[in-house]
Amino acid sequence: MLGDGILKGMAETARNFFGSYVSKDRLTTVEYPEERIPTAENARVFPFLVYDGADWEAGLRCVACQICEKECPPKCIYIEKSADKKPDYVGKPQFYPARFDIDISVCMSCQICVEVCPFEAIKMDTQFELATDDRFAGLLEDREKLAKSNEYYHSIHPTEAAEVDARLAEEKAKVEARAKAAAQAAAAKASAPASASAPGAAKPSAPPAKNEGGS
Amino acid sequence: MIVAFEAANSFSANLDQIFIFLRNWLVGFLPAAVQPAAAVVLDVIAIVCVFPGLFALTTVFERKGLGRIQNRLGPNRVGPFGLFQPIADGIKSLTKEDIVPLSANALVHFLAPLVLVVTVFMGFAVLPMGRNMVLVDMDSGLLFFFAMGAATELSVFMAGWSSRNKYSLLGAMRAVAQMISYEVVLLLSSVAVVMISGSLSLPAIVAAQNQYSGVFPHWYIFTPWGLAGFLMYAIAATAETNRSPFDLPEGESELVAGYHTEYSGFKFALFFLGEYLAMFSISGLGTTLFLGGWSAPFSFLQFIPSWFWFFGKVMMSIFVFIWMRGTLPRLRQDQLMNFAWKFVLPFTLLNLLVTALWHFMGEGWQRWVVCSVILVAAYALMGTISLRGRHIGRRSYRYAE
Repeated sequence: MLGDGILKGMAETARNFFGSYVSKDRLTTVEYPEERIPTAENARVFPFLVYDGADWEAGLRCVACQICEKECPPKCIYIEKSADKKPDYVGKPQFYPARFDIDISVCMSCQICVEVCPFEAIKMDTQFELATDDRFAGLLEDREKLAKSNEYYHSIHPTEAAEVDARLAEEKAKVEARAKAAAQAAAAKASAPASASAPGAAKPSAPPAKNEGGS
Repeated sequence: MIVAFEAANSFSANLDQIFIFLRNWLVGFLPAAVQPAAAVVLDVIAIVCVFPGLFALTTVFERKGLGRIQNRLGPNRVGPFGLFQPIADGIKSLTKEDIVPLSANALVHFLAPLVLVVTVFMGFAVLPMGRNMVLVDMDSGLLFFFAMGAATELSVFMAGWSSRNKYSLLGAMRAVAQMISYEVVLLLSSVAVVMISGSLSLPAIVAAQNQYSGVFPHWYIFTPWGLAGFLMYAIAATAETNRSPFDLPEGESELVAGYHTEYSGFKFALFFLGEYLAMFSISGLGTTLFLGGWSAPFSFLQFIPSWFWFFGKVMMSIFVFIWMRGTLPRLRQDQLMNFAWKFVLPFTLLNLLVTALWHFMGEGWQRWVVCSVILVAAYALMGTISLRGRHIGRRSYRYAE
């Protein structure tokens, strides 16, 4: 019959029209500023620096090795190495970044800095509401702005952060075990040739230091 | 009891005429010599305020309705439920730059939206919007209305021609071809009403329908020829106002925006306004011709003011326009022309014959049977002929898949 397709179509649209008032699951719209969907666990926006403990300045994992600065394809990272050193998580003295800036107007969220970092110090953030009316200074993040706690890292990427923590703990245990072994060996050496002269006593202190440097 | 009934009656009668009383009261402050002119000016002001106000409401309800049809929310940010959206839209279109192309004919380009809005507003002059609520009670009101309706085609072509843009011109060509084709149908479907009521005056046509058998009104849509005429009128009206599925003149997929491609800012807003006003006026005429104008749908509902019924019916028609827009895809130009000349026009001509038959068969049940059978048989026959040899259903692909 001529025209029944039109009537069928009109019935379908009418069903949608009234149905959208009756059943909530027809409307898939999320009214963004008021309501929002939680971001996916592997979402990534821009990088941030992880710190341990309560003090961001003391706990910063970054050792200013500048690998990320060199690897960054759009060159959005700027690092100034410190003159002095401070102890890292295993207690070894390391350099730290006196300045660490990321220009997020240049950053392309490629995550290469995260891939290359040997110290698990830089990770991807999920914070995306970064609009600002100052397009130069407002989009240039310094190390204070970039520093976020390990707890925050756990809250945004729980699985990944747990893996990182496990890896770091393993590393630390290894270093400690090695230091212990070295110390024991040194003690044994020291006790065995106890009759030896003074220059022998100076020697054992050197190997552990070398070990740590290699880790 | 009777006193209470009469009081209620007179109250509803007063409410019915409230706008007339208001106008007369306002005019009463002026000297007698200028009173008739002042009354007309007040009427015009009322029309010029009410219909753009309805236009503003319709734009937001259309967007919300289309959203709901597509299971979206529609605009809901500006004001409660997004009701102030038209204000934001108005500010936007007022503050936009008004661009006139360098090679355009500036005068015609400027005049086109004005001609559209002015001629569309003129159409409202003869529409009875309630009991005694008609600006000019013209004896040939219907003719005047169609004369003004035809002038909108002129403005569309002015816009397309003066823009000096291929899309504008193509859109205007399509618009003129479409509007002239469907103008014929629009007129001929209205002629049936004129044949039965015997008058070109719109208030007289409403008066002829404002009678009741029992509780049911004598609206023309409740007769076989009236229903057929109304359907043809509705199709032609949709095409006349360039509404989907007949919105080829502004088919954005092929013509950018058709004849108003080169319009921006407030001139574009005027085109937009003109299109919606044309929708209101053509719905108002359809209401007047077939749906009993301002008369109540049941005799016991007559206590509700007549203007309420008129505007209610117009808004219902607008809702159907929006509903169709949300349902039907756009036609192709050849389909549009074939539909006008090979289906709608012959059927409207047949309807004229049926109307004459209805008139000459006189009262009785026989004319109901005969007229219905002729119209249904013709519809079925034309349907079978036009669908013959055509496979309608899921499209099959030869090489894809």
